[in-house]
This record gives sequence, structure tokens and C-alpha cells, in this order.
Amino acid sequence: MSQIGFWDILTNLIFATGWTVLLSIISFIGGGILGLILLFARIGKRKWLQHVVKVYTEVFQGTPLLMQLFLAFFGLGLMGINVSPFLAASVALILWTAAFLVEIWRGCVTAIPKGQWEASASLGMTYVEQMRHIILPQALKLSVPPTVGFSVQVVKGTALTSIIGFVEVTKAGTVLANATFQPFTVYGLVALIYFALCYPLSLSARKLERKLNAAH
Amino acid sequence: MPLIDIDALHKSYGETEVLKGIDLHIKKGEVIALIGKSGSGKSTLLRCINGLEQINGGAISVDGQQLINDEMHLRNLRQKVGMIFQQFNLFPHKTAGENVMLAQQVVKKTSKSDAEAMARKMLDRVGLGDKFDNYPDQLSGGQQQRVAIARALAMEPIALLCDEVTSALDPELVGEVLEVVRELASEGMTLIMVTHEMAFARDVCSRLVFMHQGRIHEMGAPEEVFTNPQTPELRSFIGMSH
Repeated sequence: MSQIGFWDILTNLIFATGWTVLLSIISFIGGGILGLILLFARIGKRKWLQHVVKVYTEVFQGTPLLMQLFLAFFGLGLMGINVSPFLAASVALILWTAAFLVEIWRGCVTAIPKGQWEASASLGMTYVEQMRHIILPQALKLSVPPTVGFSVQVVKGTALTSIIGFVEVTKAGTVLANATFQPFTVYGLVALIYFALCYPLSLSARKLERKLNAAH
Repeated sequence: MPLIDIDALHKSYGETEVLKGIDLHIKKGEVIALIGKSGSGKSTLLRCINGLEQINGGAISVDGQQLINDEMHLRNLRQKVGMIFQQFNLFPHKTAGENVMLAQQVVKKTSKSDAEAMARKMLDRVGLGDKFDNYPDQLSGGQQQRVAIARALAMEPIALLCDEVTSALDPELVGEVLEVVRELASEGMTLIMVTHEMAFARDVCSRLVFMHQGRIHEMGAPEEVFTNPQTPELRSFIGMSH
């Protein structure tokens, strides 16, 4: 078995990293779109819609991502719907990401001072006009750093999908560690790959925060 | 016919009644100062007039139109009654010029070029013609408040509500804002202002309204009210503020 050398390990891991990146992008974009839709329900005027979204976020934030992955994979299977690990992982991660993004963004909207609402209302703007011209442009600026920061959590969250058999970089690492009996080398490399993915993200979150704090 | 009619107005926050039956009739061109201790309900009264606070009883009508709490009625009302706030509340992501242009374009559907022309005219009027492209955080408090006045004026309101417009300003900046308000008064704009600037109120107002514990306690021409207060509460209030 020891014919598998260091470079074999590395190339295999890098190939699997492609899946980690793809899954991260799908989760983040899908979760972002769903999160935006949920945001409008959450900050809109319909009480029952607000409530539905509130329950949604509490369920997804209050249960482990791992359970959500199990439910998406095995649960749908039990119902006779055959889902691939990739599909189950994508669905679970999109739902999970949306639950966090909607709360991050809601926080940004509520952070806009009451005076902005009152001033725009006093000029005769309707709720939708206030949102579009006054509140959301300012909230958007506030939301960029925490949103980029959260993308780090999404990348790390994809590691859990290895448990339902999706071969991303962590799963590839497990397979390679079993084959080579070099768990330290393999998982060390896996960790370095995650760091290489996440560090630029958190760095840019910090940079964006500084840049957006400066005027305009 | 009065421009603004307030009849038996009641307003409560939960159990606390802050306005206990206000009757006030304001004619076109009148300049009214609402004075009184904090908590007397004067700011709340002002905010009821343009629907920022929902009333619990009584009626308000502006220019013959009843205040009704739905979006389209409020939109019409608020185009007639502008408001200026203690904290200016300029939109920080827009330049001074854009602040003045925005509601014209969005609410009145004015074309961009007309809105810009109006914005330049109004900024000129408050002495800030050269600040069109400055963002609010590049302006002093007094300048920001004057932009806020220009922003309200650009909607061509028939009355302006001023909620302690100089209270957040450094003392040396108060004068420039009061000067603009004084000019508006002399041009015949109907003004209702909550103020702690007693000397200014005495000088500029046509009527002083002294509020106490959610009621209008005393009102009249400023000279009369200042020189011959009828109630001990007003006497002590005037004594305090001198």
C-alpha cells in the first residue's frame, strides 16, 4: 500500500478540494438567494410571514448541521426519494446558510437609526420606497464584512458532508489516511488546504470592514 | 378657515396618557412655538400632526383634509407638512444635493433635472449653494440642519414642523440655523416649532403655546405670555429659563 507517495496524496486532495469549493459556492449563492427572500419576509409587514421565518431560523440555528445533513440524506431516502450525497449536501447547506444570513442581514437593517425611517417617512415615502432608497443601501454597506466573514463558516461546514459520503476534501483525506496509514500527514494537509481557503476570506472581511468604515 | 385643526387630541403610550385632549387651530402664516418642560407632550403633539405618532382619540386635519392612518393618505399629508428633526437625519449615503433631490424624484415623480434645479435653488436659499456635492459627514451640524431644511422646503410644503432643531448644535452654530428659520417665518411660511430658544420664540413667533402635563396650559401672543403669565406653572417655567 505504501506506493502512495506524498505527491499522490497531495494531488488527490487538491482534486477533492474542487468539490469543497464547488459545494461552498453553491451553498453560499443558494443560501444567499434564499436568505434574501426570507429577509424580505422577516422585515416585511406581514406578521405571520415574520413568524414563519423566525421559526425557520430558530430550527436551523438550533440544531446541529450534522443532523440536518442526516435528515436531508436519510430522511428523503426513507420517503422513497433517492438523493445523491451531493444533492442532499447542497440542499442542507443552502437551508442552513440561509438561516444564518437572514439573521445577519436583519441585524444590519435594524441597525439603521430610527431617524432615517422618520425622515424618509416625513418626506412622504412609502415603506417600499424607504427600503429601496434609504434603508437597504445603508444596510448593504453594513452587511458586507459579516457576510464575507460568514462564508468562512460555510467552507468549514462543508467538511461535515463527508459523513454522508460526499467526497470532498475531508472525505478524501479519510480515504487516503486509511490507505496510507499516514493520518498526520494527510489531515495536516487537509487542514492546510482549509486554511488556504478560509484565510483570504477572513482577511478580506477585515479589509472590507476597514474600507467600508471609512466614508463612502 | 384654519390651516391645521387639532380637536380633542388624545395620545397614550400604553397606560401613560401623554396628550390629554389638545385643541389647537393654526392659521396660514402663523408661527407657533410650543414650549414647556420635557415630558409635557410638545414633541409628541408635533409628531402627531404628520402622522409619525398614531393618535388614540380626537381629530387632526390639515388644509381641510382629515388625518387618516393609511399609506396613501399619509403620503399626501406629508407632502404638505414638512418636518425638521433635532438630529438632522440626513441620509448619510447621499450628498447634500441628492438628499434634497431624492424625495422630489421618488414621491413627487419630478424629473431629475427639475429636482436638481430645485435642490440648487433650495440649497442656495439656506446659504449652502456650494455644498451640493458634499456628503453629510463633511458638513458641520449647522450646515447639516440647513440641508435638512432645504430638503423639506424642496417638497414645497404648506407648513413646517420643527422639533428642537437647534438642540443638538454647538452654541456657535445655533445662530445660522435660527437665521434660516427666521427668514422662513418672515416669508409667511406656517411654522410650528418645539423650542427651548426662548428669546428666539419671543422674537419670531406669532403665538406661544405653553404645554404642561399633556395639556395646553396657556397660550397667547409672546409679549403677553412672557410679561403677564397667568398661571404659576408658566411663571415658574419662564423664571427657570431666564
